[in-house]
Amino acid sequence: MTRIIDRRFDSKKKSAVNRQRFMRRFKQQIRRAVNDAIQDRSIRDLDNGEQITIPSKDLSEPQFQHGRGGIWEQVFSGNDQFASGDLINRPPSGGGGGRGQGKASNEGEGEDDFVFHLSREEFLDIFFDDLALPNLVRTQLARISDYKTQRAGFKSDGSPANINIVRSMRGALGRRLALGSPFSARLRELQKELEQVIEESGEDCEDALKLKDEIGRLRAKIEAIPFIDSFDLRYNNRIRVPKPTTQAVMFCVMDVSGSMDEEKKATAKRFFMLLYLFLTRTYEHIEVVFIRHHTVAKEVDEEEFFHSRESGGTVVSSALKLMHEVIAERYAHGTWNIYGAQASDGDNWDNDSPICRELLGSQILPWCQYFAYIEITPGEPQNLWREYEKLSGEHKNFALQRIEEPADIYPVFRELFKKNFV
Amino acid sequence: MKRATSKKVKQLPATSEWTFEAIDAYHTEIARVAANFSLDTYPAQIELITSEQMMDAYASVGMPVNYHHWSFGKHFLSTEKSYRRGQMGLAYEIVINSNPCIAYLMEENTLTMQALVIAHAAYGHNSFFKGNYLFRTWTNADAIIDYLIFARNYIAHCEERYGEEEVELLLDSCHALMNLGVDRYKRPPKLSLAKEKLRQAERTEYLQSQVNELWRTLPVHDARPGKVAAVRFPPEPEENLLYFVEKHAPLLEPWQREVVRIVRKVAQYFFPQRQTQVMNEGWACFWHYTLINKLYDEGLLADSFMLEFLQSHTNVVYQPSYNDRWYSGINPYALGFAMWQDIKRICEDPTAEDRAWFPDIAGSDWRETFDFAMKNFKDESFVAQYLSPKIMRDFRMFAILDDEHEAKLKVSAIHDETGYRRVREILSDQYNLGSREPNIQVWNVDLRGDRSLTLRHQQYRKRPLGGSIDEVMKHMARLWGFTVRLETQHEDGSVELVQETRLEKRRGQAEN
Repeated sequence: MTRIIDRRFDSKKKSAVNRQRFMRRFKQQIRRAVNDAIQDRSIRDLDNGEQITIPSKDLSEPQFQHGRGGIWEQVFSGNDQFASGDLINRPPSGGGGGRGQGKASNEGEGEDDFVFHLSREEFLDIFFDDLALPNLVRTQLARISDYKTQRAGFKSDGSPANINIVRSMRGALGRRLALGSPFSARLRELQKELEQVIEESGEDCEDALKLKDEIGRLRAKIEAIPFIDSFDLRYNNRIRVPKPTTQAVMFCVMDVSGSMDEEKKATAKRFFMLLYLFLTRTYEHIEVVFIRHHTVAKEVDEEEFFHSRESGGTVVSSALKLMHEVIAERYAHGTWNIYGAQASDGDNWDNDSPICRELLGSQILPWCQYFAYIEITPGEPQNLWREYEKLSGEHKNFALQRIEEPADIYPVFRELFKKNFV
Repeated sequence: MKRATSKKVKQLPATSEWTFEAIDAYHTEIARVAANFSLDTYPAQIELITSEQMMDAYASVGMPVNYHHWSFGKHFLSTEKSYRRGQMGLAYEIVINSNPCIAYLMEENTLTMQALVIAHAAYGHNSFFKGNYLFRTWTNADAIIDYLIFARNYIAHCEERYGEEEVELLLDSCHALMNLGVDRYKRPPKLSLAKEKLRQAERTEYLQSQVNELWRTLPVHDARPGKVAAVRFPPEPEENLLYFVEKHAPLLEPWQREVVRIVRKVAQYFFPQRQTQVMNEGWACFWHYTLINKLYDEGLLADSFMLEFLQSHTNVVYQPSYNDRWYSGINPYALGFAMWQDIKRICEDPTAEDRAWFPDIAGSDWRETFDFAMKNFKDESFVAQYLSPKIMRDFRMFAILDDEHEAKLKVSAIHDETGYRRVREILSDQYNLGSREPNIQVWNVDLRGDRSLTLRHQQYRKRPLGGSIDEVMKHMARLWGFTVRLETQHEDGSVELVQETRLEKRRGQAEN
């Protein structure tokens, strides 16, 4: 006896639990690898998972084994030159000496790194482990502007197009059974009686005829129960549910004046990239607006934003003004969650900084979900920082942090978005 | 050609896409031919799975159910990676030694490959599992799946009660000693789910009381103290480390003993597989080759089918030379297949040399000889018994002696008249688990002192212990609960302390 069984539709992901356990156990190593991996990626190119490399010695499963040394005598195949008693020089390195690998395997059994692929979700989960977007719940609830329909069980009236046949037929069957069961029970009884009577006194006796008559009447009654009735009908129920807004716009504002060198720009880029990634976790659709400024501000595309170089003085307020204009023009109608990130070396034209504070506090922050300012400077805080500091007390959705060197980015980012358990 | 004579035979489907009907048709024919060869098998159960399910199965050491552990996740990830990169040539079959014998076919394979796998796994391996003495005495095909279900549920239950972390640490330790957790010489009693469940509670309770008795701290009042000779414990060295831990580790909880037992039983189940690779794979290759060829001779198979079949077959039984880039030792598929073919040749068409070397089988009935060889040998003895000079010549085998005290390697024997026996002896020893793995046994427990445990490693041909002794010893100490020492006994009889792992932590402190 043989069986052929199709198991292809059985539960997949049997190893999912084991995989999760593996991830949990090596969380530290994986997080380190994820941090390394993030360093050299472009801003929108983070939607994929990531190849993760962990030194295999970190996750070895130890065993007792024979080590090198001692006496080994082994058989190999493919003799093309040797005769009994020949002496051969030891092969130069690795694998040699007959440790199962044989003299020919010059590559030896190198300790390869353990490489595996994280899915996008796993990658971001690890990356943004215990970080959260502030103020998220409040605004999502506040800005419901869209509805979608979804199924919600069944109801007893509706349009014919929505009839649910299975449900209706099931109801009809149940009704038929319920209404008919007393008759059927009686019918069975009578039939038994009839058989008995026929056996005792023959086919045509009076009792038998009477019984037959009654059986006929019962049959008619059962048949009279309608196959389907109007109150058997069930209709699919569809309801409208509010759909929270899931789109966001992110403003990247960067100073490109002469004092921002390539290194500082790279740091800023990584910060923007992190923020972008982080937002993709929450929002389905994200637009990014790049604004660069020196003494005048300009909206540009990503390429130009990061790579073209300009110089000159610095008037930060020009960028904020432009940002405000863009918001008012394109994103002000309530369906957008607005995030801002500004990176600068903090070097601003002195009289401009109070204007910036004013602009940000009164015109931009009220629109924004969150606005983060990072100052990339190895030295003392500059005048812009001092002005902005005054703001951070008044506005909850404003935060500022300083980055002194690229290694600070991730800690600073975590600091900005640390989960607040209120 | 025989084909010309069989005119009216209806050919089996020759498309590359498989269908259930086609698989069934092939299977029926293969089963018929196998029965003609009187292959004794468990009923075959053929299951079609996706590549992902195949990787799942690979990761949990080929079993359809298993308990959860991160190491299986790790194996899954590395399997997945190499599969995606297309490095896995041979990922086309898994067969489970159970009754009925489950053979997995992967959905991506062509019809030819499915037929090959059916012949290879569902008839080749299957009959080997049923016949070979190692599998018959060490594993119980009827109960293994049930036992694994029991094991998985038990471990899941422990995780709920005592925390995943706790269980994971314990499993790590057990896995580290898994290879030393088998009875090599004793015959184990068979497993059965019902018995197992019934006796488990009883056993754990009993064991705990035994252990407590063993470590009783009340002074024993002897009439004449000092007269008693120091009692050795264990009285005989114990080869099965996990067994010893399960029965005698003083501080383990009952559930921990049960987990140790589960790992031990699983290790034991796989023990025969490690000792019969050449025979088992060779046997399966021989039979897929023989069965499919028989069908071809009957005119059932298309030429296109045969070409694909032969290509896969040749890849599997290819033996690279020592100086080849792809060389990684003797290919067990190649050696096994060649040896079985050769035995058949010796039976049917012996030369003078064969008659001199194998007087008992030369010219005998090959099916009977095959059954005898398949049933009563393992790799080590199979090679020692049946490796013929012809195979050694065909493979151009030569033996290299590597003594670390000598400046040069020495070719100790080659495939010539003077070297045959020596080469065969060396190759046989290569498949001897006893010399392949270090021999480490429980030597002594300091019953009256600090309860420390001493393991003794019997050195074999001056080979030192390698790998992560340190780590393994930590695991051993964790299981034992007290200091663990590892000694090496050299071949001249002198004993050297290799490692001492102290563990001062008592259970009370660990829990607080």
